[in-house]
Amino acid sequence: MATKDDHAGSHEGHHVGFWRKYWFSTDHKVIGIQYGITALFFLLFGFILMLLMRWQLASPGVEIPLLGALTPEMYNQFGAMHGTIMVFMGIVPLAVGAFGNYVVPLQIGAIDMAFPRLNMASYHFFFWGGIVMLASFFVPQGAAKAGWTSYPPLADIETMGQTMWLWGMVLLITSSLLGAINFLTTIIQLRTEGMTFFRMPFFVWTQFVTAFLLLLAFPPLEAAGFLQLADRLLGTSFFLPSGLVTAEGPLEVSGGGSPLLWQHLFWFLAHPEVYVLILPAMGIVAEIVANNTRKPLWGYRLMVYSLIFLGFMSFIVWAHHMFITGMGTAISAFFQVTTMIISIPSVVILSALFITLWGGSIRFSTPMLFALGFLPMFGIGGLTGLPLGLAPTDIPLHDTYYVIGHFHYVVAPGTILALFAGIYYWFPKMTGRTLNDTLGKVHFWGTIISMNGIFFPMLIQGLAGVSRRLFDGGLAYSFSEPVLEYNMVMSVSAAALFLFQFPFIINFFMSMKGGKKVEKANHWDATTLEWSATPIMPVPHGNFETVPRVYRDPYEYNVPGSDQPYLSQDLAPPPATRAEALEKVEA
Amino acid sequence: MELLIPYEVTPRRDTGVNNAKLGIWLFLASEVMLFGGLFAAYIFLRMGADAWPGMETFDTHEMATRADQVLSVPLATLNTVILIASSVTMVLSWASLKMDNFKGFRLHMGLTILLALGFLVVKAFEYGSKFSHHVGPDTNIFLGIYFVLTGLHALHVTGGIIVNAYFWGPGTRMWLSGNERDKAHFTNRIEIAGLYWHFVDLVWIFLFPMIYLV
Repeated sequence: MATKDDHAGSHEGHHVGFWRKYWFSTDHKVIGIQYGITALFFLLFGFILMLLMRWQLASPGVEIPLLGALTPEMYNQFGAMHGTIMVFMGIVPLAVGAFGNYVVPLQIGAIDMAFPRLNMASYHFFFWGGIVMLASFFVPQGAAKAGWTSYPPLADIETMGQTMWLWGMVLLITSSLLGAINFLTTIIQLRTEGMTFFRMPFFVWTQFVTAFLLLLAFPPLEAAGFLQLADRLLGTSFFLPSGLVTAEGPLEVSGGGSPLLWQHLFWFLAHPEVYVLILPAMGIVAEIVANNTRKPLWGYRLMVYSLIFLGFMSFIVWAHHMFITGMGTAISAFFQVTTMIISIPSVVILSALFITLWGGSIRFSTPMLFALGFLPMFGIGGLTGLPLGLAPTDIPLHDTYYVIGHFHYVVAPGTILALFAGIYYWFPKMTGRTLNDTLGKVHFWGTIISMNGIFFPMLIQGLAGVSRRLFDGGLAYSFSEPVLEYNMVMSVSAAALFLFQFPFIINFFMSMKGGKKVEKANHWDATTLEWSATPIMPVPHGNFETVPRVYRDPYEYNVPGSDQPYLSQDLAPPPATRAEALEKVEA
Repeated sequence: MELLIPYEVTPRRDTGVNNAKLGIWLFLASEVMLFGGLFAAYIFLRMGADAWPGMETFDTHEMATRADQVLSVPLATLNTVILIASSVTMVLSWASLKMDNFKGFRLHMGLTILLALGFLVVKAFEYGSKFSHHVGPDTNIFLGIYFVLTGLHALHVTGGIIVNAYFWGPGTRMWLSGNERDKAHFTNRIEIAGLYWHFVDLVWIFLFPMIYLV
């Protein structure tokens, strides 16, 4: 049988070819790194698209070196693709595909994912989905221009790039679905002996809930994607109302469809997707905070219950993205209530992380800096979202820069900082070498300051009423005049953010081969199982020398009464003395 | 040392299932959401429509008042019977393996595949009669959703045929190896394929009344 041979081959260190080892690997760690590097590339690419747009916004019409002045069509393409790339090809693959793949099996003490070949297939679906998306820039009239939300009727009558976008999404969704099935099966089935659900590290919990969200929220978007494909290719009019007139005159379609239907199906995915973006980030931060405060997480169980509640609620808040569609006050009222309720578990988790800091002797390592940066930044992101969850305040703010500022606070200084934290934290595990601390600190301070320089002015501009998606950044409107100068602040900050990524990129590649070697496998003195894996770097296929058995909760740092600074989850308790045993019996 | 994933064949004690069975149930959950999304779209569009099905009948050219005036209920009923029969043969093929009766497996799996092909042939006649009247998915919303829902279902049937044909043909070498673990593994695979097949059957049982009758 093929599977056995594959595994045996790589495990025994037989000479396997380059392609088999790095491209068609079934080892979850290699696949995780594949995801990570591909996703980092896409993140950089998506960011560069935005830099070009910000050039245009700060100085409309001024030519960009090598590219010339941005046309409105290019601006729209870049905007739509920036959103798509960052969400579906950057953050999710990095948070779930890379960290989830690499860390989850290690943390639960498994030798691999439950379906290694399916795991490989997930990566390849993701990769080719990404290629289709990138290729769409080169088809006649360029890539999709209807925004990352692809609202019809515009998206239905857009150029060929939109069809490519839909096919790309079908591949990306397939990748996510296969991945979600794999994660859930792995977490449910392959937990090692003693690893009960409530001994799982919080990161594994976040991946668990995230996988459920992906599994159940993505298919309706896939359904919507099929309907939009049918509209574009078969001539149906699911999203086209009767009597639609465009600049070219009345549209020759049968009509009778509803643009609102797309919005419902789209946001049914896209709201849970917000939590797909944020939950793994919370998981990473929780790991790092516990490790660097040298304390157990405050309220671990409370956090887990909040997480589950959050995951459940995220399926019934979607229409708060649609208050201005005129769907009616009764429906709006329902979604306002659920939206207010869902903010509670988010606040609980964030508060628990803050309380964990209380009284800890904090190690300000580079990953910890990023994790600490995440907490207030995500806080701002969350709090600025409250006015958007209530229809009366959402209606004037919707489709202004305020919305852009809000969700970027959640995903950029929020999630992306957490993802960087994860890279700095697990890099020694992945390579056996550490990233340079000085460069890491330059990267951190540069990133967090310039990110605020980009996103805070957006909130101000939005409150002043500047619409999003304006090609000239609001130049044409007199009311935006008092806040127009912020365009330059944001664009300069974006350029600074770009420059401050170079310390990271240099650090990342230099440290792979030339970084300081770790002195011991458990570089951070951590308790979770990934640090108990085979102490060879990189960890070979199979993960553990002997299958670990778990005896403890995930974060046993500075346990009262213990002479050890920390107790690994797989550390067997000392055999009880006779006196202790008797005491137990009496109790 | 071989790297063998635990619970590939035998169930894990505390969860009571093996990996593949849990995996297929999760996959089916996502499929429920996929078809659920489309059913929701169907309801949404139908509620917003002025008339349903909103087209003329093919013989009398009057406005149809019910879907069965423009769709062929007899053909769809025949297809329902075919699919249910194929689910029965699918179970029998698995049961044959459980009883170590490989010939029975071959027979029943072969019948399942033939019935599924029969379903597609009937479907092709149904589609053909629409096209011969010069109506298609672009005619109106009703036919649009009819073609998309039944078309996606037909794709699922095709996928099932491919999987089952693999297990009927080249996939059997796993059983023929004679190794007990591989035989158990193969039997599991047939059970998993069966779960998928019953799901495809079930989707049709929802589709049929919803599109053709209601």
